[in-house]
Amino acid sequence: MALMASKAEFTEDQGAKGTALRVTGRLTLSNLGDLPQRLDAFDGPIGQIDISAVERVDTVGAWILHQFSGRTGAQIVGASDEAKRLVALVSQADADVRVRPEPVNPVVRVVTEVGDATMIALRTLLGLVAFFGAILIASWDIIRNPRRLRINAIVHRFELVGVKALGIIGLMSFLIGIVIAQQGAVQLQQFGAEALTVNLVGRITTRELGVLMTAIMVAGRSGSAFAAQIGTMKLTEEIDAMRTIGVSPIEALVIPRMMAAVIMMPLLGFYATLVSIFGGGLFCWVSLEIPPITFVQRLQEVIPLTDLWVGLIKAPVFGAIIALSGCFQGMQVEGNAEEVGLRTTSAVVQAIFLVIVLDAFFAVFFSQIGWI
Amino acid sequence: MDLNAPIAIKVRGICNHFGDQVIHDGVDLDVRNGEILGVVGGSGTGKSVLMRTIIGLQRPSAGEIEIFGEPMTDEENEAQLDLRRRWGVMFQGGALFSTLTVAENVQVPLREFYPNLGQKLLDEIAAYKVVMAGLPANAAAKYPSELSGGMRKRAGLARALALDPRLLFLDEPTAGLDPISAAGFDALTKDLSKSLGLTVFLITHDLDTLHATCDRVAVLADHKVVAVGTIPELLATDHPWIQAYFNGPRGRAAQSAVDRHMAKGA
Repeated sequence: MALMASKAEFTEDQGAKGTALRVTGRLTLSNLGDLPQRLDAFDGPIGQIDISAVERVDTVGAWILHQFSGRTGAQIVGASDEAKRLVALVSQADADVRVRPEPVNPVVRVVTEVGDATMIALRTLLGLVAFFGAILIASWDIIRNPRRLRINAIVHRFELVGVKALGIIGLMSFLIGIVIAQQGAVQLQQFGAEALTVNLVGRITTRELGVLMTAIMVAGRSGSAFAAQIGTMKLTEEIDAMRTIGVSPIEALVIPRMMAAVIMMPLLGFYATLVSIFGGGLFCWVSLEIPPITFVQRLQEVIPLTDLWVGLIKAPVFGAIIALSGCFQGMQVEGNAEEVGLRTTSAVVQAIFLVIVLDAFFAVFFSQIGWI
Repeated sequence: MDLNAPIAIKVRGICNHFGDQVIHDGVDLDVRNGEILGVVGGSGTGKSVLMRTIIGLQRPSAGEIEIFGEPMTDEENEAQLDLRRRWGVMFQGGALFSTLTVAENVQVPLREFYPNLGQKLLDEIAAYKVVMAGLPANAAAKYPSELSGGMRKRAGLARALALDPRLLFLDEPTAGLDPISAAGFDALTKDLSKSLGLTVFLITHDLDTLHATCDRVAVLADHKVVAVGTIPELLATDHPWIQAYFNGPRGRAAQSAVDRHMAKGA
């Protein structure tokens, strides 16, 4: 057992050549104990340091001896061949090494970081616009030459973005429908107006929440996947390989994802709206005793058709934003695998942020044109 | 090489498989104390898997491993932990922690096993290990992403040497290095193993490394170790893979480079 082995110790001897230190035990990393601190605290003239009684030395022990003899000028005597070799080895490796990065003035650092962050934000915005331009150019090429559209890739993306998301989006919307109905009913009951729960559920899901929650889910599910896939392909030089073969990565990778998101978002959003209304209706039936047939009739009366348009017009725009930021961040990956993770996170954050900002604009816009 | 040197690593009857794919089927291997053992084999013969099995990252489906006479088990007890600090491992890409500087990387095992070491001593240890691994003095404060591939490997070596291990595992130390850095790394391996009394388990594809550093070479083929010995001993066997490996065009080139070197030295 390492703990049972003899600990490194030292004693002071007053000899003919002044004070001598006698070190005993094992001068190894696991048996050092507090020897380094005590040796550091040791002051006074030392003639020699006798290590003839030391059982074993490793490089750490040798380093401590080397340091001590360097500081006090003591001579190392009684060293075994191994100890001599190790001391020689560590003294060769004794260089002026800076272990920590240069400290930076905190004020300067804060200013630098703010500046860097601003530059990165501006550059990202510029890059995003440029990327959008590249997509428009590629789309124009495809419109002029429709055979270059990659139908297979697009259909495959439809499945990944749309069909495979049905389960999770359905469950989420169902629960959201119930929560809105339940929370709304509690408040409206105070006015004896619980029948208005139908209006609340119907209008808020068709206008806002159906599409917005779907967009957040698609950003988390597919936007992140776009960034991670394209980012990994960038790292493994697949994208460079494509370019050298003459395949445009925008055409082969970005356009199919973009189209999938733009086409799938309205469908998923509509589906989410229906499921939310179903969940809300179920709650109204069970808890407020509004029978389903009445619920549907009331829905028809209170939801204007423009509400549906408000939702469905926003959906493809949100889809485009999600695909744009996912693919853009993926294409920005450079260097190492860590970057893929960072870029994936930024893709999702950027997509959700932009979706919500745009949603606010849409809300004002639709109110202004009288679609209330 | 001392034939009667005690055995550092004793591997008996190791079997490993991934699903239906058999990697090892009864691997036996002895690594003697103080030697540099090269492990070669075609791609996919399980060199790295063997190393991972020995250091306990991969549980074998059968077989036993003894290190310095103590059996390796899955238990997380004091004895196993004690065993663990007696070896250092350098992974292929260096496997440095990317959020830490090189010096901090070297200090990780020290802090983990010896939490009572003072910061000053920790810094000094990291500094001399970094220099010992052949890195320039200004590399200690850098992050792994600021280093070249060769420097990253040296930093990985510095971390592997942090606890003054008796046993060093190197996984393809020269892969991806230019010939000059590779030769430098070979010389470093040999120097350190001699001056620190290290036993080295070295996985490589590099014929020059084998000739330059290894005392013995173990050949993995057909799911087991088919031969162990010095290079002349291996050349005397008639296993087809060994013949193709050492007597192929690259094998001959490496051999003649050694011969030329010897002739010049004589």
